[in-house]
Amino acid sequence: MIEPLKRPRRKNPLLRTRLPTSPPRARSRASHGFTLAAAEGRFMLQRCGACGTFAYPARDACPSCLSADLAFVDASRKGTLLSETTMRIPADVHFRERAPWRAGLVALECGPTMVAHLHADCQEGQPVTMSLQLDKSGQAIAFAHPERETPNMTDDKQWREMTADPKFRRVLVTNGRSAVGQEMVSALKAAGASIVFVGLAEPWKPFHGEEALRALEGVQIVPLDVGDEKSCTDLAADIGGKVDILVNTSEHIRAGGLLDRRGTSTVRDEIDQSYLGFVHLAQAFGPAMRFRGADGVNSAAAWVNILSVYALANWPAFGAYSASQAACLSMSHCLRAELRPSGVKVVNVFTGPLDTEWFQTVPPPKVAPRAVASAVVSALKRGLEDVFVGDVAEDIRQRLAANPKALERELGG
Amino acid sequence: MPNSVRTPYDRVVLVAPVTIPYVRYSIESAQWWVGRALKALVDSAGIAPRDIDGFCVSSFTMGNDSGIGLTQHFGLCVRWLDTIPLGGASAIAAVRRAARAVQAGDADIVACVAGDTNHVDSFRHTLENFSRFNQDAVYPYGAGGANSSFALIARNYMRTFGATREDFGKIAVAQRANALRNPNALMKAPLTLDQYMAARPISDPIHLFDCVMPCAGAEAFLIMREDMAASLKLPAVRILATIERHNAFGSDPVQVRGGWAMDVDELYAMAGVKPDALDFVQTYDDYPVISMMQFEDLGFCKKGEGPDFVRQHDLTIDGDFPHNTSGGQLSVGQAGAGGAYLGLVEAMRQVLGTAGPTQVTDARVGLASGFGMINYDRGLASGAAILARAS
Repeated sequence: MIEPLKRPRRKNPLLRTRLPTSPPRARSRASHGFTLAAAEGRFMLQRCGACGTFAYPARDACPSCLSADLAFVDASRKGTLLSETTMRIPADVHFRERAPWRAGLVALECGPTMVAHLHADCQEGQPVTMSLQLDKSGQAIAFAHPERETPNMTDDKQWREMTADPKFRRVLVTNGRSAVGQEMVSALKAAGASIVFVGLAEPWKPFHGEEALRALEGVQIVPLDVGDEKSCTDLAADIGGKVDILVNTSEHIRAGGLLDRRGTSTVRDEIDQSYLGFVHLAQAFGPAMRFRGADGVNSAAAWVNILSVYALANWPAFGAYSASQAACLSMSHCLRAELRPSGVKVVNVFTGPLDTEWFQTVPPPKVAPRAVASAVVSALKRGLEDVFVGDVAEDIRQRLAANPKALERELGG
Repeated sequence: MPNSVRTPYDRVVLVAPVTIPYVRYSIESAQWWVGRALKALVDSAGIAPRDIDGFCVSSFTMGNDSGIGLTQHFGLCVRWLDTIPLGGASAIAAVRRAARAVQAGDADIVACVAGDTNHVDSFRHTLENFSRFNQDAVYPYGAGGANSSFALIARNYMRTFGATREDFGKIAVAQRANALRNPNALMKAPLTLDQYMAARPISDPIHLFDCVMPCAGAEAFLIMREDMAASLKLPAVRILATIERHNAFGSDPVQVRGGWAMDVDELYAMAGVKPDALDFVQTYDDYPVISMMQFEDLGFCKKGEGPDFVRQHDLTIDGDFPHNTSGGQLSVGQAGAGGAYLGLVEAMRQVLGTAGPTQVTDARVGLASGFGMINYDRGLASGAAILARAS
């Protein structure tokens, strides 16, 4: 039975901020199959292509027939907790300051025995449901959950270490003018965010949904123009130490590629708003978030980028926009590496064309802004790193994995 | 495949049991400790370093060195060399390999040494880098190290077979009583069952006195032909039988038995003795639960009867089942790979009658076992040897 999480009190300025530490990070190359699965919230294990045996931990040959054909495949999440222990004096700093810490041995229905972190409601001898998560080092770990929902389940101490749950956290949504931004604010409030700062450039310009946004309790409109470096640093100076989750909803979508445009002004705008906007935000807010990765219940937890799935493969109809998104994607990997020692996650949410004015001429299926917002909240609650929203994004992901050349030709029309 | 008939260990003996007294922490290197052990070996055997033509070493803390680097370091020119990285099973493996080498004439005098240093951070370093499976799939789960791995095994064993903490406590308390008679034991204070029960939890159900204390130290012995031992006037120990097994019972979901259970019949058949003929037993005691498992798997009782066996016997030196007479790793300390040798070296002294204060009266035949390498969720390596005084 989990005690409900308490809303953190105002931070005592006399107390030292606890610095982030990493759990053990070293992994074999083969075990990054789990990293891939955990990033997307899948539960995958190696299964021998020759004899069907499931193997764990990650191997380079099948322990049953020695075949090297050990692909990671989606596997049953069901298991039974065989044995558990509560570690009280762990050997490394990270776990020592989080002790007592529970782990156990889970017999998976598909065969192997897995050492796993335990949700507090898991009981010895009882069925459990497994997931793969990314821990504070960014590496994959196995986590055992009770088979059925239990009261205050998501407030479990160990589970919260694996996620970036918005509950009681303070969030900056960088652009409140867009439909995605506004849906984002509502979804985060509904998920228990204690305050949502909403960035607004040129606040004197009226916009659709403004009244509703301003009427929301626990929402604070702040001046923010991501294309303007000073605007970002000014806001960070004001609220930077209170941003636990940053959701970059800034967008600048224009149709067109290279040859039908004259000059570079549109391209420059796209780069200014998307890519440099990201850089400005990262340089302004990243350092404080990195410092606050272990700062209690409302520690800094995640940075969310909402990216076009065409960051992964150029769509010439929106070719320059695709390129700006690719730049952001590349830089997100840099940010992820730089935030890694703090345990702050970088979540990339890839969407297909949104059901908004800038994709007016694009045929369906398109992604509702509300779907993006709920995907972001779900990713934060589940601790995901790569999320694909909507049918188009999923389609591109699969086609890219199957044959990138085919995708390139087909997107080229 | 049927087992082939084992060749007896005829005309080959163990001599010169050596212990370099342990210290909790040492600023010296593992090489220093191995060097002290080699020096003690040549001094106690009355030979020169150049007489050693075989060398077998086990250590966790030698850095990038293995046996070959040590030959140059110590000026040994050998024609047989082995580095055995089997943790707690290293001593039994060393006996088996070196004895066969001497028997076959590949070497005349093999020095078998295990030792480790213990710097203030070496234990954590060993935990962090123990094995690939450990690094991938155990250490990130709370960094509990062996304590947590054995906690999971112990908890399952307790639930399955009804063992209690008191049962494990009886093993630990008896060993402490033995250790109080061993001047080299690091644990000098008596331990009562009440103190054992009240100790702080480390990784439930493992509490403080279930854990060995990592320390620095070394253990060693020589293996040579029986006639050479006689000409050197060295009291000698015969090897009646040995077994060794790795990664046994891999399909048991949690470890409830070690590889001994697979080979125990062969052990006693080769030795030509029955379990009740043994005068003492030195089990590998990184945790009491593992000693209890060995009572079962080495044939002193059936699987699941370990708790009752402990309740029915007095495990002290003067008891009806003298066990870990030196105090074992639980009370002497665990000098890394030296922990593997502790029981075997003590067993040599027991059958030679040179164990001094820990001597079991009239000990002639005894058993020493080894267990090691929690690669992932269980100890993989196991072995045992039955030793007797050469007449």
